[in-house]
Amino acid sequence: MLEKEKLLELYRIMLTIRKVEFKIDSEYKNDEMKTPIHLSIGQEAISAGVCANLRREDYVFGTHRSHAQYIAKGGDINKMFAELYLRKTGCSSGRGGSMHLMAPEVGILGSTAIVGGSIPLGTGTALASKISGDGKVSAVFFGDGAVDEGTFHESLNFASLKKLPAVYICENNSYAINSHQSARHPGDNIYRWAESYDIPGYRIDGNDVVKVSEYAADAIERCRKGEGPTLLECVTYRWKGHIGTVNDVGEGQRSQSEYDYWLSKCPIRWYTNYLYNTGLLNKAFEDNINSEIERLVNEAFEFAVNSPKPEPKELLDFVYAG
Amino acid sequence: MPWTTIEVEKQDKFIIDDESQSGRIISYKDALYEALDQSMDRDSRVFIMGEGIDDVSGVFGTTKGLHEKYGRHRVFDTPIAENSLTGIAAGAAMAGLRPVLVHARMDFLLLSFDQLVNHAAKWSYMTGGAVSVPLVVRTISARGWGSGAQHSQCIQGMLMNVPGLKIAVPATPYDAKGLMISSIIDDNPVLFVEHRWLYKTMGKVPDTLYSIPFGKGAVRKKGSSVTIVAISYMVIEALKAARKLEAENISAEVIDLRTIKPIDEEVIFESLAKTGRLIITDTGPRTGGAASEIAAIVSEKALNYLKEPIVRVCCPDCPTPTSDVLEKAYYPDSETICDAVRGILK
Repeated sequence: MLEKEKLLELYRIMLTIRKVEFKIDSEYKNDEMKTPIHLSIGQEAISAGVCANLRREDYVFGTHRSHAQYIAKGGDINKMFAELYLRKTGCSSGRGGSMHLMAPEVGILGSTAIVGGSIPLGTGTALASKISGDGKVSAVFFGDGAVDEGTFHESLNFASLKKLPAVYICENNSYAINSHQSARHPGDNIYRWAESYDIPGYRIDGNDVVKVSEYAADAIERCRKGEGPTLLECVTYRWKGHIGTVNDVGEGQRSQSEYDYWLSKCPIRWYTNYLYNTGLLNKAFEDNINSEIERLVNEAFEFAVNSPKPEPKELLDFVYAG
Repeated sequence: MPWTTIEVEKQDKFIIDDESQSGRIISYKDALYEALDQSMDRDSRVFIMGEGIDDVSGVFGTTKGLHEKYGRHRVFDTPIAENSLTGIAAGAAMAGLRPVLVHARMDFLLLSFDQLVNHAAKWSYMTGGAVSVPLVVRTISARGWGSGAQHSQCIQGMLMNVPGLKIAVPATPYDAKGLMISSIIDDNPVLFVEHRWLYKTMGKVPDTLYSIPFGKGAVRKKGSSVTIVAISYMVIEALKAARKLEAENISAEVIDLRTIKPIDEEVIFESLAKTGRLIITDTGPRTGGAASEIAAIVSEKALNYLKEPIVRVCCPDCPTPTSDVLEKAYYPDSETICDAVRGILK
């Protein structure tokens, strides 16, 4: 059983992710956020459940869909909104956009838009931790599409061989753009691939933040004890299409019944009920935390739209370090 | 014995004659070993990984025994997974270590382009300069003895097209050591291009740690009639050509660029101001290669120095043949360069 503060922290993180994504969703049509966005609505429990168990200095690598990880790991949402608006004050100075969020001060060394690209990088930070003995853990997030890539298999093999402190988190939302997992894999058992690399692998309900948190805590503990990596396949669903703000149900990409089923499994509604049932949440607290997050999100939005854009003369800055 | 060793053993011990340097006369191979050894000794963040690097031959002698000296956590063999291993090295670099990743054949580098080009080279830019990737990728090209189309490529020209990458092409033992040290201490990903036929080249090398700036070429031989800009192993062929041409009273200046990204433009222009004639020689295929880029730079910025059209002496646009007869037809050498010089002076 998790302690009360942690349970409420999970709630706050999930709500923040949801409210940030809704804010983006509502502002995107104004065409001022000139960057491709991949929303995490529906997948909040996974980032929250994993990152709540990490230390500030632990590493996280994400993908093109990494808003949730950025927020859950403690990235500054002012800088996040500013990045989405491609401002100089953005977390990547307006050079990255939505797909390349980063916050080294909390261990997020970057996110990549190449499917499977983050898996070796996170394996590499884990290697660095092993070599230097700094005790850090690397959490690597990717989707079910990324396990199609060689980098997934090559990295798991290497991490197992070297017993690296890495946790591999597959956010299985069934779709790689619009290709269903059944069109790409002979089975639906991603977690079992871990067995062939001599790594523990688990499939868990990715919409149950308590379960995600428990499994993540165990996996992270294994890393800290030098027992090597773990693969967590977290089954979930994205409410929006691959990209942008449409839900693509009307486009014929997915069925209404499938969509309705997953909306009924909303991770936040489920968790709100859970907290009510365990007596940790009441209406006054819920209202309070909701309005507090809304205020922070609106402040972040204001910060972003009032921030300066990069200037043309700065085009070549940062090509080389130093 | 690896076949490349058989071929290299047939080569002359070419001696780089450079009175301006001090130090012992050692080989290119030993200079590389010394750079790695001293860098690992100096900085505990440096580590070396790659396929077979701790085997008995130790990457043609350049890493031999380092795992015994520094431990297997800092010098280790890897699975055959070039792309992910490049990403793993890049990730370790992002975390603050200084990896040296070895591809014993440059051809294998092609498997790693996603992590090298999409990730390592772009990371500083995409993170607004907040996260750097101090990574060295060593690649070794071979030549001859039927190495064939997939064990002899020199693709450094292709990678000049990648913003965020630096490319070193040392041709002398002094540069092999100094540029390796520079590459390790640099905060950017560096492609370190070695050529197997340079491994026996001898030259003066100080026993101390020293670095060589990127983008600073060297005049290897002074001359007045024609400028030969050479890259990597072709520096040796160019120097041999210059010696032959001297006997014909032709004075050729040989420039070794040492790094092709960035390129020292000034050293080329200064030479062209004297000679007015330019021959560029590279180990890779002609089209879209390093020589093409140098020709473009000269066309843009120094056309008025040219008395004759530029001549490129490179490999033809053809996969490397395996037949010894066809290999001879394929590779440019000192004689090819001499012919080009004679042609341009006609």
